[in-house]
Formats: sequence, C-alpha cells, structure tokens
Amino acid sequence: MTQKDNGKLPNGSEWGVDLSIDFCGVRSPNPFWLASAPPTNSAYQVRRAYDAGWGGVVWKTLAHEPIVNVSSRYGSIDYDGRKIAGLNNIELITDRTLEDNLREIEGVKKDYPDHALFVSLMVESKRESWHDIVKQTQQTGCDGLELNFGCPHGMSERGMGAAVGQVPEYAKMITGWVKEVAQIPVIVKLTPNVTDVTAVGRAAKEGGADALSLINTINSIMGVDLESLAPKPQVRGYGSHGGYCGPAVKPIALNMVSQIASDPKIGIPISGIGGIQAWQDALEHMLLGATSTQVCTAVMHYGFRIVEQLISGMSTWMLQKRFTTSRDFIGKSVERIRNWGDLDLSYKVVAEINPERCINCGLCYIACEDGCHQSIKIERVEEEAYLKRVKKTKDDRVFVSGGAQYIHGAGDGYVNAFSINQDTCVGCNMCSLVCPVEGCITMKEVDTGKPRMSWKEYQSLLAAGKVDPIRPPEHV
Amino acid sequence: MASEARSKSREIETNFADVHPPLTGDEAVAEASRCLFCYDAPCQRACPTHIDIPGFIRQILHRNPIGSARTILDSNIFGGSCARVCPTEVLCEGACVDNTLLKAPVQIGRLQRHACDTAHDVSMKFYTPGPSTKKRVAIIGAGPAGLTCAHELRKRGHDVVIYEAGKVAGGLNTLGIAAYKITTDFAMTEVNRVLAMGVVLRLNSPVDGRKLATLLGEFDAVFLAIGLGRTAPLGIPGEKLKGVWESLEFIFQTHTKPLAKCKVGKHVVVVGGGNTAMDAANAAIKLGAKRVTIAYRRDRDAMPAFEHEYEYTSGNSVHFEWNARPVRIVGKDGKAVGLRCIRTKLSKSRRDAKLTDIPKSEFTIPADMVIKALGQEPLVDLVGAIPKLKLNKKHRIVIDPDTGATSVQKLFAGGDCALVPMEEVVSAVQSGKIAAAGIDAMLSEVKR
Ligand SMILES: Cc1cc2nc3c(=O)[nH]c(=O)nc-3n(C[C@H](O)[C@H](O)[C@H](O)COP(=O)(O)OP(=O)(O)OC[C@H]3O[C@@H](n4cnc5c(N)ncnc54)[C@H](O)[C@@H]3O)c2cc1C
Ligand SMILES: Cc1cc2nc3c(=O)[nH]c(=O)nc-3n(C[C@H](O)[C@H](O)[C@H](O)COP(=O)(O)O)c2cc1C
Ligand code: SF4
Ligand code: SF4
Ligand code: SF4
Repeated sequence: MTQKDNGKLPNGSEWGVDLSIDFCGVRSPNPFWLASAPPTNSAYQVRRAYDAGWGGVVWKTLAHEPIVNVSSRYGSIDYDGRKIAGLNNIELITDRTLEDNLREIEGVKKDYPDHALFVSLMVESKRESWHDIVKQTQQTGCDGLELNFGCPHGMSERGMGAAVGQVPEYAKMITGWVKEVAQIPVIVKLTPNVTDVTAVGRAAKEGGADALSLINTINSIMGVDLESLAPKPQVRGYGSHGGYCGPAVKPIALNMVSQIASDPKIGIPISGIGGIQAWQDALEHMLLGATSTQVCTAVMHYGFRIVEQLISGMSTWMLQKRFTTSRDFIGKSVERIRNWGDLDLSYKVVAEINPERCINCGLCYIACEDGCHQSIKIERVEEEAYLKRVKKTKDDRVFVSGGAQYIHGAGDGYVNAFSINQDTCVGCNMCSLVCPVEGCITMKEVDTGKPRMSWKEYQSLLAAGKVDPIRPPEHV
Repeated sequence: MASEARSKSREIETNFADVHPPLTGDEAVAEASRCLFCYDAPCQRACPTHIDIPGFIRQILHRNPIGSARTILDSNIFGGSCARVCPTEVLCEGACVDNTLLKAPVQIGRLQRHACDTAHDVSMKFYTPGPSTKKRVAIIGAGPAGLTCAHELRKRGHDVVIYEAGKVAGGLNTLGIAAYKITTDFAMTEVNRVLAMGVVLRLNSPVDGRKLATLLGEFDAVFLAIGLGRTAPLGIPGEKLKGVWESLEFIFQTHTKPLAKCKVGKHVVVVGGGNTAMDAANAAIKLGAKRVTIAYRRDRDAMPAFEHEYEYTSGNSVHFEWNARPVRIVGKDGKAVGLRCIRTKLSKSRRDAKLTDIPKSEFTIPADMVIKALGQEPLVDLVGAIPKLKLNKKHRIVIDPDTGATSVQKLFAGGDCALVPMEEVVSAVQSGKIAAAGIDAMLSEVKR
C-alpha cells in the first residue's frame, strides 16, 4: 500500500496529537467513520477502508433477506461546474444475504481488533425479528449496533426505516426490544424528515439507546431530465423521491446535531453525519456535539483516500489550537447556539473594503444594491486618474503591448472603485460572502456605545417604558 | 517522391492548424466556471462591440451555448471570427479581473468561439430581415464593416446593395488574416450569414469617385467601408526584383491556394515591425522557409506589434534584426539575393523617438524572398476624389463617432478607411453597427 512506501503513518500518529475517541466504551483510533452505506457493503471494502486510515465503520444495513434494487439509483446536483454538491439515492439496504454479511463481519473484526465496527440493522417491526437479528449479529464480535430508523424511501413504505423514525413511540418501542437482548452499545440513527428531531431523540433515549447518530438522508427529488421529462434518477422513465445527502446538507445536519447535543433530556453520545467532505466539516460536527463522525457521499465521490486529508487537517488544526486530544474540543460550541431572542441587539459590525486587494469585479456592489441595503458606493475613476493613483503603489495591473495599453479591471476608459457607506451598512455580511478575494472585505466591529441588550430584554424594557423603540434603519 | 510531397503538404497543413484550438464542451464549462460574473464587467467595457461577456459565459456554464451564441452575435455578427482573430490580450482578456486574482484571465476568446461554433454546427439561424421600409442603402466594400452595416440595416428592414471590388466577400477577414487564426471557410460562413439576410452583393464592382456620386443620388444613404490599400513601398532600390513581395499578396495566397502550392523563399526577410510583419514571418516559417528574419528599423520596445504576437513569432524561431533600416535590395540576374541594411540608433526607446543611422554599419541579410510589411496605405484615389469629404492627416475619413456620419450629406463611413479607435476586425464591426444605427436614424427622420 502507498502508506508503507511513501513515509506516511496511518491514523494520524505522525502528528503527535491524539485523535482517538471513546464512543460508548468502544475505542476508535480516530473519529472518522464510514456511514452505513455502499462503501461498507462488504469485507473487501471495509478492509480497504481500514487500511486507508478510517477509524471505524458502520456496516451497510443488514436485514433477514437481501433486498432487490432498481437501476438506475443515484442522482446529483452540480453547482456551476463543480460536481456533486448534493447526491440522492433510491437504493435500499443490503443486497447480500445475512449469512454472507455476518461471516464477513466476523472475519474483519478478528483482523482489525483496534478499529471500531458497528453494524446497522433494519427488520420488520416485530419483536422476534429484532431479537433474532440482534442476537445473530452480536455473535460476530462486532463492537456495537446502529438501528436504521432513518431511510426515507422504499423501506418506509414497508413500515421500516423513517416510518419508525418519524413516530417517537415506535422508535422508543423498537429500541426497547433491541435493548432487551443487546449486550453491546446501541446507536439509534435519526431521520431529519421530522419537524422536531429532539422528540425522536428523546424517545430513543427513553427506549434505552446508548447513543444517537444523525442525520440520515433528506426526502428529495433530484431534478427532471429536460430531454425526456423523466425525474432524476429514472427507472424506465419514472422516478421516486429519494434520500438527499452530500456537502449541501451539512448545515441541516449541524443544526440537528446541535439540537440533540443541547437537549438536557438526551445527554448521550452523538455520531455526526451529513455533508462531511473536508476536515472542517467533521470538526464542526464535533464542536457542535458529535464524538464520532460518519462519511458517505465524499467517499462515494473520491474513494477511501480522502481520510488522509481529514486526518491531516484535523491534526494541524489541533496543533495550532493546542488541543492534544479530541476530548478537549468535542461539544465546545454547543453552548454558543442560543435562541435568537438572546442575541445582543447592541452589537454591530460594518463592512470594510481593502482597496489594494480589490480587483474591481463589482460583485459586492450589485449584491448590496439589489439584495441588501444599498450601502456600497460605486465610483468611476477615469483611467488617467487611476494611473496617477497607482503609479505610487507600483501597481502590476497596467500593461503596454505594441500600440495598446490595457489595465486589468478597466474598460471603456475607466475603473470602478467601491467603498462602503458605513453609516447605512447594517452589517449583514453579504458583500464579504460574495467577494472573491480573500481578506478583501472584512466585517469590523463598531462601538455603538450602547449596553448589551437582547431582544427579550428589549421587550421587557419596552413594556416597562424604560427604553425608546429602536428606530428602523434608513432606507433609500 | 510523390509520397514525400504528400507528407510535406501534410506537414504544412499541420503548421497552419489553429493557434487557439476549440474547447470541448467540458473544457468550456470548466473555463466558464472561472468567470466571476462581474457587474459592469471590465471585459465587456473593453470589448469594442461591448458583447455581454459575463452573460454569454454564464449561458455556457449553464449548458446553453446556443443562447450564448445569440448573446454574442446580437452585439457582433462576426462573433465567431472575432473569437479567433481579436487581440484579446489587449482587449477583453486584458481587462479581465481574473488576471489580478488568478494571474490568468478567463479565456474569453475561446469561450466565444465555443458558443459560436456550437450554434454554427447545428445551423442555427437567429435573424430575419425586418419589415421593408422601402429605403435603399448602398454599401461600398464587403469587409467586416460593410457586412455588419448591411446586417444591421436588413434587421431594420432597409434594402442593401453592396459593391465589392474583389471577387470574394469578407475583406481582409476572409483573405488577410493569418490562416492559422481563421480558415477561409469559416470566414465565409460568417459572410454567408449576412448575405442570407437578403443582401444584394455585386462582386467585381469597384466604385470610383464618379460612381460614388451616382450612388449618392440613387440611394437614400451610402456607407463607405473600403478599408485600406496595399502596404506602403519601401522607397529603396531593388523593389522591382523578382522575389520581392508585398505582404498582403503573400498572405492572400494562403487563403486562395492550397497551402502546398503557396510560394515561399528559402531565406526570407520581412521588413517591418507591426502585426502584419509578424503574420507574414509566421506564414513563411509555416510554409517551409529555412530561415526567416524580421528587419525593423527601431528596437523591440518601440515595435508596434502586440507583445503576444511578438512572443508567438519569436517562439516560431523567427530571427529579429533590430535597428536595421533597409537601404537596398541586393539583386543578381534580376532576382533578390539579400537585403542591405544600415544600423540605426534611437534617441529613446519610443516609436516617436529620433532615429539616426550609424555610419559605416551596413550589412547584408541573405534572402531569396523579401516581404514588404510596412503599414497599409489609404485608398486616396477614391477618398481623395470625393468633394468636401473631410479627412485627417493620415487620409482617414473623419466621422461622427456616434453615428458614422461623414462631412458629406447621406455619406457614412466606417472600418479601416475611417478614423476608428483600432484597425482590427472588431472595431470595423462596431463602426458598421454604429453607422447602421446612424443611417437608420437619418432615414426614420426623413420618413417623419
Ligand atoms: C495582414 C493583416 C492581418 C490582420 N490580422 C488581424 C487580426 O489578426 N485580427 C484583427 O482583428 N484584425 C486583423 N487585421 C485587420 C483587419 O483585417 C481589418 O481591420 C478589417 O478587416 C477592416 O475591415 P474593413 O471592413 O474596414 O476593411 P477590409 O476588410 O479591408 O474590407 C474592405 C473591402 O472593401 C473592398 N474595396 C476596397 N476598395 C473598393 C472600391 N473602390 N470599391 C468597392 N470595394 C472596394 C475591398 O476589396 C475589401 O473587400 C489584419 C490586417 C492585415 C492587413
Ligand atoms: C436572508 C434570507 C431571508 C429570508 N427571509 C424569508 C422570509 O422572511 N420569509 C419567507 O417566507 N422566506 C424567507 N426566506 C426564504 C426564501 O424565500 C426561500 O424560500 C429560500 O431562500 C429558498 O430558496 P432558494 O434557496 O432557492 O433561494 C429567506 C431567505 C433568505 C436567504
Ligand atoms: S454588510 Fe450588507 S449592508 Fe453592509 S455593505 Fe455589505 S452587503 Fe451592504
Ligand atoms: S467584491 Fe471584493 S474584489 Fe469585487 S469589487 Fe467588491 S471589494 Fe472589490
Ligand atoms: S472580467 Fe473576467 S471574470 Fe469578470 S465577467 Fe469578464 S471574463 Fe468574467
């Protein structure tokens, strides 16, 4: 393997930071697990994954009988030239026999005793069925179980997956059945296709769950083929709603992870899933409460090798932040999520443009002008004046070629210069979000001279007649 | 022997392959994704025809190359040609903000070509003539300026008759531009798009002063777009020798004959320092000359050729003799055998700086072909023969930049023969567009 001959050490040990985690008593060399999905469908794949550096896996969901899949199965959304910002699938659970799966799980666990191996399960909602599969599975020596209450398509129509995960009572009941026979930790995997994810989280906890994992995929239709008018993906011209995942779903996942993490009635470990493709994504899941993280789409896109960049990114960040173990930062940002009404109304930032970095693209201007608060000034600088101005800064944007002179960012004899009207800027961030140049637009805190006051405080002060109403901002 | 000739001709064909080859669909989308979609985009402002560049690139990005072509052609009916022949380095791409951000501009020219070629490949027809106004306009010269004006006038429903001296339409865009930038066939497709608007084209019909006067009487307006003439003579002994060529004639053959049949010397000297000199030198190398030298009387920094043209030329192993002023073409038995030059000195490295000869510094560059590539001369025979037509010192027709109107009533002008910002196809197109709008405004006024 490449790791052996290119000097890389596996699992991040070369960085001198401790990435290992303890998840319900199960040790994992790092917090990067593969989610129960196509990459964990066989021993062949799981071995390759461990060898590549993954700390743990959740085996592709087992059932008593293999399911039959349709073809085709996946659809994706690209974003302006970048492939797979989001992925969806109409695939079901394992397409292999229970015997094959169990035999392979046992073999893998023997050969990789130090890696985490959870097995995902989903059977019909009968006590005996759950008892049977749990017993058979734990005989393989695997480290734990994950109950798939989240699959939004296909299985839910048969009363499984999300059909269970959307009803707290069912979730609690089935978790209870499993816990009657389980001797190893049980994770309940939650579906995001609910109005309140904490309701199911609490129910699972009451049923005895040792941990929660989230999110499973989101109900979605990927698109319509404009040639054939069939939905994407299509099966002989027809389609069905499927499960949405990939980078685009991360913010939804982070919100739900933080909701679970901050719910005092839950308080059990979390495995964070959804939109993780870079180390930053995994860290964000962990800062908002996840102990381990799970990845599917990014691996389906690029292969197991991406774990190297995850390990290196997280390790470097830890070194710079002086964290020695992952325990030091798990859940650190949970308390930073507050109700809107608790945020300080007296805090204010305004945008500032660094004219030396500005490349004159005008994107900030049009964003603020048409979509925000009309607070960016556009000024036409005639070429001559511009040349005089940049002569001093030894600008490298002015060129002469044959008889012609040209300036990067100029045209029709002028350059546009942009500046913020900080008196009217409401500090929304939008310009800094659209600016393509790093460090060009920064949001600067301004001293409003006002004491801290949240909306809640404002409401009571207002009712008591102790403050004047806050005036709305100026509009054009 | 026959197979040797065949492989030789294949080699020449390869030499003339596209300098900027077409992008595939995937390449185009990837390149388009680099565009920031600027507001009041510098590239669009820098384009003389003001094509909505961010708009057409976004259409490519969203897999609508045909809509993209329409965006381009709306502003520039020679969009496919301009995509190939424009000096984008000093125009749109020179202005692109990605130069600053990523040290390389978006390849606007190649994206433009992608869109136009895609629309062409599916024979997309975008334009139809407007309802007839019964007004008639005569256009003199079927170059980019004349044809663009014709197209714009037909869109507005005016009848158009073009008088063209030559036997093909398209002017220098068809015959003059380096064959490795644009093929004759492609140039003709853009000509034909204009002709399909119902334009009457009279080839082999040179117009002189008298004829022009008649046309001004017969038609509601006349647009003069005759371009420029031959390149200027060197004014030194030996210009009549065999093997001495005028650059346009030398370049024309690459568009009118099979490349393997084009004449080229073994040792070629090109006189001049402009873009035409670079084109001629490159063509000579590509046609199989052993050694090609450009002799220019000033130095590299004073050279009028664009930097990118110079780099391309020196990359083709063309030699440069700077500060070399030709004094005589050396002949033997009536044929050229060399170019005698004298070294010069510049007071400053600038084109307008004083130039002096260094005494006793004469030297000879051996050559069996000498190509004269000084600037093109104005067609004074015609423009000088029109009473009251205002010309500038260089005999370019003075026009109103907003309407294309000349000092003579009903007479408009554009393209290289007029005073335009640049002598390039794209400026000719823009001046044709402006004149068409100017003529239309005049004709509408007359109607009222
Ligand atoms: C060697 C060379 C290379 C060039 N390379 C480039 C390049 O790479 N990119 C670029 O953008 N530009 C290039 N140019 C410039 C470009 O070709 C011209 O700017 C452009 O063609 C001008 O268009 P026009 O319509 O004004 O004139 P022309 O293209 O010159 O067309 C004028 C037409 O008028 C006709 N005509 C002339 N006199 C009469 C008459 N009395 N009666 C009737 N018809 C008449 C001519 O036969 C001709 O067809 C190059 C020019 C040359 C010479
Ligand atoms: C800054 C912002 C504020 C929004 N405010 C509202 C709102 O006040 N009311 C509402 O119904 N939707 C609101 N939306 C949601 C949008 O109407 C829209 O449903 C959502 O952005 C999804 O569409 P899009 O992603 O295609 O733009 C808001 C969206 C944004 C980005
Ligand atoms: S922060 Fe918002 S309001 Fe302020 S300048 Fe930027 S876009 Fe405009
Ligand atoms: S978005 Fe950034 S680079 Fe573009 S004009 Fe605004 S400040 Fe300048
Ligand atoms: S200047 Fe460059 S980045 Fe901006 S719109 Fe034009 S091509 Fe796109």
